[in-house]
Amino acid sequence: MSLLEISGLRKSYGPVEAIRDVSVSLRDGELVCLVGPSGCGKTTLLKCAAGLLAPSGGSVTLGGEPVTAPPPNLAVVFQEYGRSLFPWLTVRRNVELPLREKKVARAERDRLVSEALSAVGLADRGDAYPWELSGGMQQRVAIARAVAYQPSVLLMDEPFAAVDAQTRAELEDLIRSIWRTFGVTILFVTHDIDEAVYLGERVVVLSGSPTVVQETLTVDLPAERDQLTTRSDPRFTELRTHVYAEIQSAKKPTPAP
Amino acid sequence: MRTEVPPAPVVAPVAAAGAPRRHRNALRGAAGVLIALAVWELVPRVGLVRSADLPPVSSVLRVLAREAGTGAYWTAIGQTVYAWLLGLALAAGAAITLGFALALVPRVRAFTTSTVEFLRPIPSVALIPLAVLVYGTGLGSSLLLVVYAAFWQIYVQVLAGVADIDPVADETARSYRFSRWGRIRHVVWPSALPFVLTGVRLGAAVALILAVTAELVIGAPGLGLAIAVARSGTEPALVYALVLTTGVLGVLVNVGVRAGERRLLRWHASVRREVPV
Amino acid sequence: MARVGAAGGAGVRVLRWFLLPLVLIGVWWAASAGGTNFYLPTPGAVLRAVGPTWTPATLRADVLPSVARLLAGFTVAGLVGVAAGVAIGLSPALRAYTEPVLEFLRAIPPPVLVPVVMLFAGIDNTMKVTVIVFGCVWPVLLNTIEGVRAVDPVLGEVCRAYRISGWTRLRTLVLRGASPQIMTGLRQALAIAIILMVISEMFAASSGLGFTIVQFQRGYAIPEMWTGIVLLGLLGVALAGLFGLGERVVLRWYFGLRRSGRGAP
Repeated sequence: MSLLEISGLRKSYGPVEAIRDVSVSLRDGELVCLVGPSGCGKTTLLKCAAGLLAPSGGSVTLGGEPVTAPPPNLAVVFQEYGRSLFPWLTVRRNVELPLREKKVARAERDRLVSEALSAVGLADRGDAYPWELSGGMQQRVAIARAVAYQPSVLLMDEPFAAVDAQTRAELEDLIRSIWRTFGVTILFVTHDIDEAVYLGERVVVLSGSPTVVQETLTVDLPAERDQLTTRSDPRFTELRTHVYAEIQSAKKPTPAP
Repeated sequence: MRTEVPPAPVVAPVAAAGAPRRHRNALRGAAGVLIALAVWELVPRVGLVRSADLPPVSSVLRVLAREAGTGAYWTAIGQTVYAWLLGLALAAGAAITLGFALALVPRVRAFTTSTVEFLRPIPSVALIPLAVLVYGTGLGSSLLLVVYAAFWQIYVQVLAGVADIDPVADETARSYRFSRWGRIRHVVWPSALPFVLTGVRLGAAVALILAVTAELVIGAPGLGLAIAVARSGTEPALVYALVLTTGVLGVLVNVGVRAGERRLLRWHASVRREVPV
Repeated sequence: MARVGAAGGAGVRVLRWFLLPLVLIGVWWAASAGGTNFYLPTPGAVLRAVGPTWTPATLRADVLPSVARLLAGFTVAGLVGVAAGVAIGLSPALRAYTEPVLEFLRAIPPPVLVPVVMLFAGIDNTMKVTVIVFGCVWPVLLNTIEGVRAVDPVLGEVCRAYRISGWTRLRTLVLRGASPQIMTGLRQALAIAIILMVISEMFAASSGLGFTIVQFQRGYAIPEMWTGIVLLGLLGVALAGLFGLGERVVLRWYFGLRRSGRGAP
């Protein structure tokens, strides 16, 4: 029984067909990564899934309900972390904002916010302003905001693309730990192949524009992963090489049907 | 008088909508002007307001056309522009000289801050009685007000520009052992130029306001005086015609100074910055 | 630089603050000492004139109403300017329609509005406040429009994604996001309000600070005139100072943001 169902998604801008036909379905509690060459419309796809963009064709369903506008049990983490936080609100107030809008009671709100901030390791920075924090910390705040919202599905749009390599490694582990702790379903978009294989239970490889699903592979690495051992696991290398080859061939445009 | 804002980035990949959108906005703008003029024409005619208070735009434009045929009209404009330009030039000269001179001796500058912060917010209109006493109703009164007001606008920007030099250029100059004067010419001046021009732009707007004010209140020669005379006359439409003229003058000043700024800064690649005054 | 003790450091700061002003006052004193320049009384003469001229009664009758009109006009202009600015700023269509007309109206030097408003409203209190409103509203309006327009679209998307809309969105995203630009507009409006307050009183009034100063000038009561000028200057400084304080409170986050040089990645 799938939780998030993207089926036959198509998106055109005038005569330009950005996404031709993409179908992905996520079961409850899955962590699925979307990879593809640059310009293949990964962000567009994610925005359609989030209800932020209307598709030209196909459908998106969440828990059986069609998605036409951002649904209440879905949270998004954007790529531009610096700009996705309100600079005039403290960290705590940023995380709290969607909950206030949802009319969650004060005590419950405080609990959720503290829990989320602890989960991302920023329990003591609640009263700081976003511009007082480093880039990696800002992204953690954005993640905390998404987590505190208690979504069934978490969509992440290349969240670590603009972050340095060491911070990225920490944040990747953070995502896996949040995934295990909160049991949330995650659709993670990235252009980093290693990241996709490291994080995901499944990796969906997208083709170049006009985009279709090139291939879906299951990552049969152990459930316990860490940066050192997993990345030197021969199976990891096999998988990433395979994905890399797929992407190279995906870069050639899809021939018209 | 607005701060420059960097353009908003494109969020979704969209086919080029630049040219048609600009075209559409230009049409909308023109439509807005026509609607405003139509409202101005109808409101007095329908009787919502007395014609003596707000003549319909057609009569105002008729009077304006008539005035444009008289020498006195253009003389008045010339007098206002002269006072504005002269005052602005004097203010800019003084502000730039003082600002850069103090750049030579930064430690002395620290002593001037309190005086500047006190004198700056003093409204130039406070000097009107003094101007009347000393200069009567001549050009001097206008200049006193214009120079005083414009000076502070420009000076504050010059200070910011002088303080904000590119550290790499500065160190390069130092490693080549430039003299103080050389440093000013080759490092400080180019760095400060955007700020100076912003200051001149702000100062130009303020200078026009004060020039017209001096004419209006004191009676120095120019458009302001013409408006004061028209007000106590029998033709309300003349007052509006002259007000329209000052508006057009204001727009020309804004547009002209911005164009000059852009031309002079063509080589300056980065975003021009402004100190919020 | 030689190490200075804590007391010495404070001493230098005081010196820096007061030295030039004191020097200037000294120069004034020297220049006016001969008593030869009619228009330049000695600092002493001006100080002596303060007491008799500005009694509590005159302050109440002249200064307070002036300031009250100023604040009333400024407040109305602020509210109207922000409200209309938000409405227009949020709609690209409205912005396009109104931009040329607004830019023109803003280019009209505000003092010129005094005779125009006088045609309508005579010379009473209403006229003076109306003049201030009409003159001040443009910088607020245009800066608000600009500020609203320039709110980061990423934040707009965040609001959509987390279903933040309506009044909350207006307050938390639009108004706070545009607040730096709005404050710039209000600051410019305050300067214009002071100018208009003085002019409307100099032009046609029977009471008020501007009127009183002009009366002194016409009656050649020079030291008294100077006290009026100084008082007006102090008023300008005080209002600017108060506004600066308010700005520091409202825009605390903005000053910090600019100082840190961080923001968008």
